Amino acid sequence: MGTLLIRGGRVVDPSQGIDRVDDVLVRDGLVVSVGQSAAQTLGRADETIDAGGLVVCPGLVDMHVHLREPGREEDETIETGARAALAGGFTSVACIPNTEPPIDTQAAVEFVHQKAARADACNVFVVACVSRGREGKELAEIGRLVEAGAVAFSDDGAPVADAELMRRALEYCRMFDRPILAHEEVLELSRGGVMHEGLVSMVLGLPGMPAAAEEVMIGRDIALAEATGGRLHVMHVSTAGGVGLIREAKRRGARVTAEACPHHFTLTDESLRTFDANHKMSPPLRTAADVEAIIAGLVDGTLDCIATDHAPHAREKKMLELDRAPFGILGLETAVGLAVTRLVATGRIDWPRLVEAMSTLPARILGIARGTLRPGAVADITLIDPGLSWRVDVAKFRSKSVNSPFDGWTLTGRAVATIVGGRVKHRLDR
Amino acid sequence: MPPSADWQSVPPQWTHRHLLDLERLTPEEIRLLLDTASLFKEATDGCRRKLAILAGSTVVNLFFENSTRTRTSFGLAARRLGADVIDFTAASSSLSKGESFIDTAKNLEAMGIDAVVVRHATPGTPHLLAKHLGVGVINAGDGPHEHPTQGLLDILSIRERLGSLEGATVGLVGDIAHSRTARSNLWGLTKLGAKVILCGPPTLVSDRWREFGVEVSHDLDAIVPRCDALNLLRIQFERQNTRPFPSVQEYAHLYAMTIERLRRARANLLILAPGPINRGVEVTAEVADCSQSLILDQVTNGLAVRMAVLWLICGPRAAALPAAGGPLHRSRGSIV
Repeated sequence: MGTLLIRGGRVVDPSQGIDRVDDVLVRDGLVVSVGQSAAQTLGRADETIDAGGLVVCPGLVDMHVHLREPGREEDETIETGARAALAGGFTSVACIPNTEPPIDTQAAVEFVHQKAARADACNVFVVACVSRGREGKELAEIGRLVEAGAVAFSDDGAPVADAELMRRALEYCRMFDRPILAHEEVLELSRGGVMHEGLVSMVLGLPGMPAAAEEVMIGRDIALAEATGGRLHVMHVSTAGGVGLIREAKRRGARVTAEACPHHFTLTDESLRTFDANHKMSPPLRTAADVEAIIAGLVDGTLDCIATDHAPHAREKKMLELDRAPFGILGLETAVGLAVTRLVATGRIDWPRLVEAMSTLPARILGIARGTLRPGAVADITLIDPGLSWRVDVAKFRSKSVNSPFDGWTLTGRAVATIVGGRVKHRLDR
Repeated sequence: MPPSADWQSVPPQWTHRHLLDLERLTPEEIRLLLDTASLFKEATDGCRRKLAILAGSTVVNLFFENSTRTRTSFGLAARRLGADVIDFTAASSSLSKGESFIDTAKNLEAMGIDAVVVRHATPGTPHLLAKHLGVGVINAGDGPHEHPTQGLLDILSIRERLGSLEGATVGLVGDIAHSRTARSNLWGLTKLGAKVILCGPPTLVSDRWREFGVEVSHDLDAIVPRCDALNLLRIQFERQNTRPFPSVQEYAHLYAMTIERLRRARANLLILAPGPINRGVEVTAEVADCSQSLILDQVTNGLAVRMAVLWLICGPRAAALPAAGGPLHRSRGSIV
């Protein structure tokens, strides 16, 4: 494969405490070193990228995407989703198993791996079901799924409603050191809801999903994680109360991690005044106070990472009345722009923290050998233009779907090159 | 300022292409709607005669939810103005074949119509149609969100008796949570200077309404003596996921307007009910039929209000409106 030299960029790698202008040298798909001396001693590289003015960081990892295949190929496929990931700067994604059929067998895990290999885009790691058939009744064959390569377990799309099953899953997963990724929702409290329950839902007459529906379940699962010693990862935290529960649990030393989605630190329930189903997702957009709490959680590390919950739905499914349209929002191709615009450009977090939240920590939570530019690491690298102002145009998305409320927004910060295993897989045409 | 009654063109103060809700109208616009309705009522001998100023226009009643009264009222109002009316109900449509409501409406639009009167069980559906269609959209009730013509006709009925809403106290009693009538009344009444009291159990009346400057009470007996008018809202059993009170009997015991409660009210208390009423639940028969009941005024004023709305939406304009689309055309999530 030869050598690739990425010259003169701002190298940000929190796993090694690096934040300086420097070169990165790659040989045969692996990182050789970060440092000008190393590059010079090597002499001329086979390929050189001038990264002046760019941030050079370990490849971004999105630990929460819905690729829809098998079963809902009209919304997304493993290939289109993986290409959308590359365009968004992600070198790795973890796909959630709420497909049809759900990914709850070794054969299903193998199917995803093969499709991903054929797509030859980004790395696709598999999250498998907690429960057989995602039915919430009995455990899936977690040990065999781990053998097949599943990196985590989740019934996302729905909560593990049965507390005893959740307890057993957390307990059982300890021997594999795998996390349970939890969708936290008490369905009895949110049933029929299409948006956050609050002032706006009251005025619009739309059925609400109260913050308590999420917080009660987060509280339950933290208690179960502490009781069992299992690893709990709270997905898409959207409420101030949820952030508070996780903060306290971490203070007590519980094995709890958590993620926030870009839409939850950007939009509020006021958006539903458009009645546009592109603003409908679960958990829903909350209030301005919740948005602030999510940002504060990312700032102080209560919320470890940023994940998109990329949830494609074909256009016709979203052109429906709010109660008939499905929950979900695209995320892969706007995540960097939203994170830079909302968090970095505003001074709330710095670049090392952003890279930590979008690469180092999601890789660590999933236990995958990514998220670092250490010598010998797989050369997954993302180059970001931190000041690039660009207009979101869903017509140009690599995703098969267009359900993004950010169409037409102007954002700052964009991935300009995505390198997977030492090969440049995406370059922004400019 | 009352509009001119020559019916040559829509008053220039009216700049809306659609009537979607009362929440976003100004007090002046609401007064214009009410004044226009009063003019129509006078000019047609109490809505009994024709005034064929919309001859050649076609209005579609696009009803995705059952309704007899509102559909009939809109149809009659359109015919009084000389417009042609097409009734289109979901049951007879291709919706059951999987067509989206937007496709259905676009098909109707392609037939060359002037306005769509839409009723739908989901809030915001008229707003979505307004975004996708090039013709006027009139909201005839979108789930629990709004029912602007109902709000206007209720307010007109009160205004006819009191002369003005300024300083009047109006109680809205019952299932506020699921009532579009309550929301349209609330916005219209408060914009015209009335004091609004919402009354019902906490499971149906959120305390957060106080943030809009209205009073919230859970005790009907406490508020009845202070009200100039009471609007008794129907319990929307069909919109409730779960029963918000233990039994209908208990609800009626706490919140039904009975003759005993009427005795403790001001002598001239006005009684309104948007109907269809559950007699014995929200209001007893004696009260519904008492001398202060405006229930039949409401029916006549419904015609007047709907004639006014159809005229303002479909009538000829002296000056062209700006390019198509209201705020929704620039639909944009709010960044905080």
